Amino acid sequence: MKLSFLLNGEPQVIEDVEPTTSVLDWLRVNKRLTGTKEGCNEGDCGACTVIVIDENGARAVNACIVFLPQIANKALRTIEGISTLDAPHPAQQCMIDHHGSQCGFCTPGFITSMVAAQINNDTNHDVTLAGNLCRCTGYAPIFRAAQACEGTKSPKWFYDDQSDLRTLAQSVDAKLPTTTDELANILAEEPETTLIAGATDVGLWINKDLRDIAPMAFIHNITEMEHITEHSDHWKFGANVTIEQMRVWSVDAQASLTPLLTRYASTQVRNSATLGGNIANGSPIGDSPPALIAMGAKLVLLKKDTTRTIDLQDFFIAYGHQDLQSGEFVQSILIPKNQNNLRCYKISKRFDQDISAVCGAFNLHIKDGMVQGARIAFGGMAGIPKRAKHVEACLTGQKWDMNTIKASHDQWSQDFKPLTDMRASADYRLSVARNLLTRYFYDLSDNPTEIQEVSA
Amino acid sequence: MSVNKPLPHDAAKLHVSGSARYIDDLPVPDDCLHLCFGTSTIARGSIQEMDLTTVRNSDGVIDILQASDLVHANDVSPSIHDEPLLSDGTIHYLGQPIFLVIAKSHIQARKAASRVKISYQQDSPILSIEDALAANSRFEEGPRIWNRGDLKRGFEQATKIAEGSIEIGGQEHFYLEGQAALALPQEDDEMVVHSSTQHPTEVQHKVAEALGVQFHNVRVEVRRMGGGFGGKESQGNALAMACAIAAHRTNKPCKMRYDRDDDMLITGKRHDFRITYRAGVDQHNKIIALDVVHYARCGWAQDLSLPVADRAMLHADNAYFLPNVRIESHRLKTNTQSATAFRGFGGPQGVLGMERIMDHLAHDLNTDSIAFRDVNYYRPAVAAEHDTTHYHMPVQDFNLQDMTTKLLADCDFENRKQAIERWNADNHIMKRGIAFSPVKFGISFTLSHLNQAGALVHVYSDGSIRINHGGTEMGQGLFQKTAQVAAEEFGVSINAIKITATDTAKVPNTSATAASSGSDLNGMAIKIACENVKTRMAELLAAQYNKSPDDVAFIKNEVHIGRRVLSFGDAAKACYEQRVSLSATGFYKTPDLEWDRIRGVGKPFYYFAYGAAVSEVVIDTLTGEYRILRADILHDAGNSLNPAIDIGQVEGGYVQGAGWLTTEELVWDDHGRLRTHTPSTYKIPAMSDRPREFNVNLWDRGNLKPTIYCSKAVGEPPFMLGISAWLAISDAISNCGPAYPNLDAPATPERVLKAVERVQNGL
Ligand SMILES: Cc1cc2nc3c(=O)[nH]c(=O)nc-3n(C[C@H](O)[C@H](O)[C@H](O)COP(=O)(O)OP(=O)(O)OC[C@H]3O[C@@H](n4cnc5c(N)ncnc54)[C@H](O)[C@@H]3O)c2cc1C
Ligand code: FES
Ligand code: FES
Repeated sequence: MKLSFLLNGEPQVIEDVEPTTSVLDWLRVNKRLTGTKEGCNEGDCGACTVIVIDENGARAVNACIVFLPQIANKALRTIEGISTLDAPHPAQQCMIDHHGSQCGFCTPGFITSMVAAQINNDTNHDVTLAGNLCRCTGYAPIFRAAQACEGTKSPKWFYDDQSDLRTLAQSVDAKLPTTTDELANILAEEPETTLIAGATDVGLWINKDLRDIAPMAFIHNITEMEHITEHSDHWKFGANVTIEQMRVWSVDAQASLTPLLTRYASTQVRNSATLGGNIANGSPIGDSPPALIAMGAKLVLLKKDTTRTIDLQDFFIAYGHQDLQSGEFVQSILIPKNQNNLRCYKISKRFDQDISAVCGAFNLHIKDGMVQGARIAFGGMAGIPKRAKHVEACLTGQKWDMNTIKASHDQWSQDFKPLTDMRASADYRLSVARNLLTRYFYDLSDNPTEIQEVSA
Repeated sequence: MSVNKPLPHDAAKLHVSGSARYIDDLPVPDDCLHLCFGTSTIARGSIQEMDLTTVRNSDGVIDILQASDLVHANDVSPSIHDEPLLSDGTIHYLGQPIFLVIAKSHIQARKAASRVKISYQQDSPILSIEDALAANSRFEEGPRIWNRGDLKRGFEQATKIAEGSIEIGGQEHFYLEGQAALALPQEDDEMVVHSSTQHPTEVQHKVAEALGVQFHNVRVEVRRMGGGFGGKESQGNALAMACAIAAHRTNKPCKMRYDRDDDMLITGKRHDFRITYRAGVDQHNKIIALDVVHYARCGWAQDLSLPVADRAMLHADNAYFLPNVRIESHRLKTNTQSATAFRGFGGPQGVLGMERIMDHLAHDLNTDSIAFRDVNYYRPAVAAEHDTTHYHMPVQDFNLQDMTTKLLADCDFENRKQAIERWNADNHIMKRGIAFSPVKFGISFTLSHLNQAGALVHVYSDGSIRINHGGTEMGQGLFQKTAQVAAEEFGVSINAIKITATDTAKVPNTSATAASSGSDLNGMAIKIACENVKTRMAELLAAQYNKSPDDVAFIKNEVHIGRRVLSFGDAAKACYEQRVSLSATGFYKTPDLEWDRIRGVGKPFYYFAYGAAVSEVVIDTLTGEYRILRADILHDAGNSLNPAIDIGQVEGGYVQGAGWLTTEELVWDDHGRLRTHTPSTYKIPAMSDRPREFNVNLWDRGNLKPTIYCSKAVGEPPFMLGISAWLAISDAISNCGPAYPNLDAPATPERVLKAVERVQNGL
């Protein structure tokens, strides 16, 4: 593989490097740029946060789970590249002034996250910094620092990088397909190819399970799969749409998804993770499938010379087993529009950046106080994301009130036999799933149920 | 004036630019080798057969070491030599290092280590408190028991008795920088070790033992750690020894850092406890009888468990006078990671136990929980007579009455409490809670001889100053505080002072930077060293200008000799030219300590540090989720050396303490495998978990004891203020019905929901 990209403004051309070398290792070991830290090597701490710039803008990502091919043709900025010693970036000065560093190990990651947020003019610091862990400060001074440097102008290097990218030699490689046809061909030849989209799952196979994933193909360059397009009754999401793209889209288009998507991992992970990956991995605890199933989403699967469209709920057959044929890949996801009654609830130990113990999505069609139709889907309750068919049946045709909800009590255990693991017990999962229907009832009737909205 | 100023951390500029170096950032020669442990996959048993062929044939592997290859001591223990670096064939916990891979890169070492094939003879592991009690598996011959007063009579006189039990989970340190070490072999059998350790002297000793050399052959250097919290007091020994042994064997630099999952699987954590209690109060709501039993799960090796469990006993009173009391402490040996030091060192478990008892009693007495605490506080410092603790130490600096009054007024407690009651009456799904908790924390190492420190101060002939001491910097701001002391002493500005890496070749025989003692001990040692240099300078300058040394003053970068004024640099130059030594050591030991840990009698502490907090939370009674809405803290740092650093310790301590009691849950399965060995499963607080409104103030009265500028230690005590958040959750739950919530820790959403259901069902 021959890759070219910018590192702190300097063009780089690299060859002879394992495609599964993480940007973090390359920076620290090959370039001896040690400002970017390794705190976990699994995307959870943000100590390795770097900024990736392309024509779409700047985004913070976790360098430990970004592989070199993923930054091909892009510009990379590390803590070493955001300022000079004489002219610190305002985020740096604010962190000093507000005592935002103690041991300092998390600090470069916080600064790079802050700088990226600033370029994007995003001042929701609880969200933009949710993926940066600090064990020393208790966050209060970091938050103050972030507030203090709000409104700073984007640094000159951001614009320089964007314009320099236009003249950068493009990286080309057979394993970096740019069209769905190329990808279909790769899979036709070698169906066992591991596809890498955002690498937020695959990265862990490599870093933690020490797995050899060859042969592999990096699919993030397939631009035709990175758009959200509006159609008469549905939205079409290319498989490469990132969760962050989807989150931003949801604010105006489907606001009931926003809180869920905002709690999906962290800004850094959302900037990498794709919707296609979140579905294709078949995880029973992925956060998008329950909501998408509750909305009645469809999946478009592509293979050399054939396309088929299936209901998303049918894609998940059993734990680890999806309806994905040899040589097939997820091309897009079709989401029906205007799901006014959709509500999604994610339950986890920690509010931000945690994997769901239970993730429930409710979408009831209620007319004249009666339940006309119900789609309820859950993650974390079975080996696959799954609908609560018994509960749905029990509610449908009934008056929408607490009595009906109470009457559905015993149906939950018909639908779900959840597991006990380190995230939650089977009992808890079942009680919470049940209780979430009550929350949904209050939620739809505008009774406050959201602890996030309570203030002292 | 440098002292009392809110100066930034000494390395703040380096932190924000990414140029502060941690072990893994140090430039190393290209031939540096990298190490990784192969670890056990069972919790108890013995190795039957180990096939290392694939490990050996793995890419980049240079060598593999097993216990039989260790020529000298195979022991990383900081206490009783019960902790082999590499297993001798017996397996004591899941994650125990068995062999050591030496390879050309970190990733190659990890990959190779994962390829081992081992067959075991498995024994059933001792995991729980019940398992350990049934097998009488413990450290020390039996429980430690301390008594004071007449418990039987106390209970006879009691008008109300509460009984209960609380489970208190452990805690993973999750220092952001994992454990790491680098050994550089030198000529003539010397070894230089860079270690991310709070205890360079112990690393020096352990490395020397492992190499079979005298202590003077090993030099250990620590510039900074990316967090320690007690997790690097003894847990870094293994890596430093492994590096030194491998470096000695290969004659190449060797580096080792744990991958995060390995770090969490291999190293010790905070001890989890069960505390059972029976407490009686008299008609004035005074506690007159308390019978407490501590069960501590210590893991497989003794490590620091005895002093940890002792400190839990020492803090079983928290802030309350206990006339008749019995404390029994079981130190249980289990086939799990060897629990170790963690901020508070057992104190938090003891304090939480007592605060639980106070909460339970106040609930059952149906009395105001703050008034109830106030009635039971020790008598204040100003009182004519003083109470003694259950270990017979007079409490002569107690100030929580005043601190409590001020905090409650500052945070508008009464009005808020009423507003919360009204809000709760209107809300059925969500409930709010508010709670207060105090802390009294004893300052000193309970192993009295550790309370000593040395320092080294050089004044150069241009007036610049370099200081060094035995304390290590892990983020707590010790280096800046001691620099402020030196600047204050010499009357120079802070940038005249250069602080240098902790180094066993500069200051020998140091104690761990632990027990919150860092600035008390090292600050004092620096001050004494500065005074030694100043005395010599003053004597010379006074003689030169025909004055008495008393007429010499060091102020504002100048030296005043009567009416003559020299710049500090010129004064230093003058002294140099007159052949005055401008370098001195300083040595300090804490006075007035005596302690008999077996009888539980004496004066183990020099003084107490105090704090008080109010937390407000909201819970969701459908899911058990919660938020900390607001926290108000008043903390006693004495005459603060650096209020910005101290407030940072308080804020950070509170959030870490609240994390311990809320989302941070360690889960082991039936095989003894830690299931929460990654940050994706073990959840420390994130940005949005901090209290939305967070007001921290320092109680600005000086220490009554002549500590360094009458400041107080601040590292550990604020950790326990997080208990107020847990109590607030319990308070919110108790709004769901009349029963006592009996909340365990950590109060995960699951535990909260269970407690809500119990209270709703009146159980
Ligand atoms: C720190 C962290 C936090 C996380 N938090 C959450 C969370 O809160 N909620 C949640 O749901 N998930 C979470 N995840 C999991 C992860 O982010 C998602 O599963 C993610 O959406 C995967 O997308 P990706 O593009 O990164 O997939 P990749 O890792 O690139 O691929 C995942 C799998 O999908 C396959 N694949 C990818 N694209 C396609 C395609 N178009 N067609 C066919 N197969 C394809 C890959 O071959 C692979 O098997 C988290 C992960 C991390 C590291
Ligand atoms: S190292 Fe923790 S997120 Fe990358
Ligand atoms: S300052 Fe130590 S982890 Fe943030």
